Amino acid sequence: MDLSAINPLVLIASLMVASTPILLAALGELVVEKAGVLNLGVEGMMITGAICGFAIAVETDNPALGFVAAMAGGAILSLIFGVMTQVLLSNQVASGLALTLFGLGLSALMGQGYVGIKPPATHDLNFGPLADIPVLGPVLFSHDAVVYISLALVVAVWAVLKFTRLGLILRAVGENHDAAHALGYKVVRIRILAIMFGGACAGLGGAYISLIRVPQWTEGMTAGAGWIALAIVVFASWKPVRVLIGAYLFGGITVLQLNLQAAGVAIPVEYLSMSPYLITILVLVIMSADRSRAALNAPASLGRVFHASS
Amino acid sequence: MLRLEKRPTPSRFWTAATPVLAVLLTMIAGGLLFMILGKDPFAAIRTIFWDPLFNEQFASYSRPQLLVKSGPLILIAIGLSLGFRAGIWNIGAEGQYIIGALCGAGVGLALYPMDAWFIFPLMVIAGALGGLLWAMIPALLKTHFRTNEILVSLLLVYVAEQLLASMALGLMRNPEGGGFPGSRNLQQYPSASNPELIAGTGMHWGIVAAFIAVIASYVLLNRHLLGFQIRLTGQSPRAARFAGVNPNALILFCLGTSGVLAGLAGLFEIAGPAGQVSIDFNQGYGFTAIIVAFLGRLNPIGILLAGLLMGLTYIGGDLAQFMLGLPAAAIQAFQGMLLFFLLGVDVLSNFRIRIGKTEAA
Repeated sequence: MDLSAINPLVLIASLMVASTPILLAALGELVVEKAGVLNLGVEGMMITGAICGFAIAVETDNPALGFVAAMAGGAILSLIFGVMTQVLLSNQVASGLALTLFGLGLSALMGQGYVGIKPPATHDLNFGPLADIPVLGPVLFSHDAVVYISLALVVAVWAVLKFTRLGLILRAVGENHDAAHALGYKVVRIRILAIMFGGACAGLGGAYISLIRVPQWTEGMTAGAGWIALAIVVFASWKPVRVLIGAYLFGGITVLQLNLQAAGVAIPVEYLSMSPYLITILVLVIMSADRSRAALNAPASLGRVFHASS
Repeated sequence: MLRLEKRPTPSRFWTAATPVLAVLLTMIAGGLLFMILGKDPFAAIRTIFWDPLFNEQFASYSRPQLLVKSGPLILIAIGLSLGFRAGIWNIGAEGQYIIGALCGAGVGLALYPMDAWFIFPLMVIAGALGGLLWAMIPALLKTHFRTNEILVSLLLVYVAEQLLASMALGLMRNPEGGGFPGSRNLQQYPSASNPELIAGTGMHWGIVAAFIAVIASYVLLNRHLLGFQIRLTGQSPRAARFAGVNPNALILFCLGTSGVLAGLAGLFEIAGPAGQVSIDFNQGYGFTAIIVAFLGRLNPIGILLAGLLMGLTYIGGDLAQFMLGLPAAAIQAFQGMLLFFLLGVDVLSNFRIRIGKTEAA
């Protein structure tokens, strides 16, 4: 066992990479839940985004196009969920599960010809001399564009929800859809758009796993990341900045356990691998045990079916 | 303009007809999917739904498989349906299935090579307790800390899979296996095996248990106060509280029962058809059972039929893979599609479709 081989700077830098997919998916889901919809299909949308992005990036030899395709793939898949829950008024929990099961099957089908291929490399942004600053350089200025996009998205989602009319309408729809409907807002349309935004974010996060983090395609490679993203939204009590904290905390645990595995700690690999899931459960328990916090922040119409009777 | 009008009570006709409609729609959409993959859609649908039962060449092999595949699906789905009816979402049956199998197999392997009649019953009990234990984690966390049972039960599946890997490669590895992963084969250990009861039918103890579960759940839901409370809680949690239903007891009961049944399914599978603890002995039955529960309309008889149909798609999928080169993932997408169509056409049983503009109120 050699713990000195773990370099804290590299650890923090790789933590940001490990967290990005979950951060993106959780931000998307946060917007969806703020609009009052519980979409349990995050895992399915992520894995579909992962294969869409991978396939397009390999075919066009252009990772940027791959990321765009992943967002489109995730959004299109989420549109099925949107139509199911908003137009056909089916149960959101069951439809979300269906989305995950379908997405896992569909992605495995689409990915058949892509096993064992290396995708085109995504280059880190070049910040010139900034990257050479000790400590800050490798941590802040040595990443690819998607990491910065995800951070910008945290700020954007926070600002839109807090300061804009759009954010106010979205929250109104999520808190009380009957009142929002009475005010003349198109509840169904707003929710479908929010669902598609969530799908695009999840797709982008999935493609980040298959194109940068791993990078290759294997069936079921998201390995529960979508479910952890869902847990992080609860952990964050529906606040964007706390989503960032939650995702980075989780990413940190993932990276740390991988480093411990590599350093040959005397704990069996399987037990280290299950630690991120166990810690997610633990954090969920701590958050939900606080009665006032959990109850106050959840959007009031979350998961309820909206049917305009007049 | 099409417009939906809520029915006062769900239509009886459509409640029964929607699963059939959903299966038909899935066949059409699946046919299109297979066509895109460059296969003959009619041949593919026939291979999946017809050949396993009636093709002269394969039927003798695949007909017994029908019970083997459907048994665990029905057993797990019956347990899940109780909770789903009450709005308690256990979606981690896959994890309870794995832990049940590990506990049961652990007892059997620990007693190897003892020869006694009580070993198999002991394994059954251990399997049930294993599933119960794993399901009690989300249940107790929900009753004590109001933690979301959907997320906890699902995340525990990944933990169970890691435990399975650890057991298959470590503690339960066959000492005479020449270093290969996987345990001793329980089928070759008579005291611990779950054999075919009637030759050529695929019938084993797990399927007996599934049939018992169907009957017990039917009686529970239709003839027992607890079944009424489950149905009431699903339809109106507030009314249920006024009627004196203890929500925490209901959570413990529903999650516990589904855990026990999933654990039993795992034990019967590992002592029977699967035979040994290996990294990938679980075939996603825990997830497919969710589809079975919904396809059967959360009704015991419906689940029995839905389980048989879903078991058929497993065998048919294998056959189509072998005969037509249809990828294994295609059948998984096909099953997911079925759940979508089912939930989608359900709108017909709860709403009337009206054509024309809303008349003035």
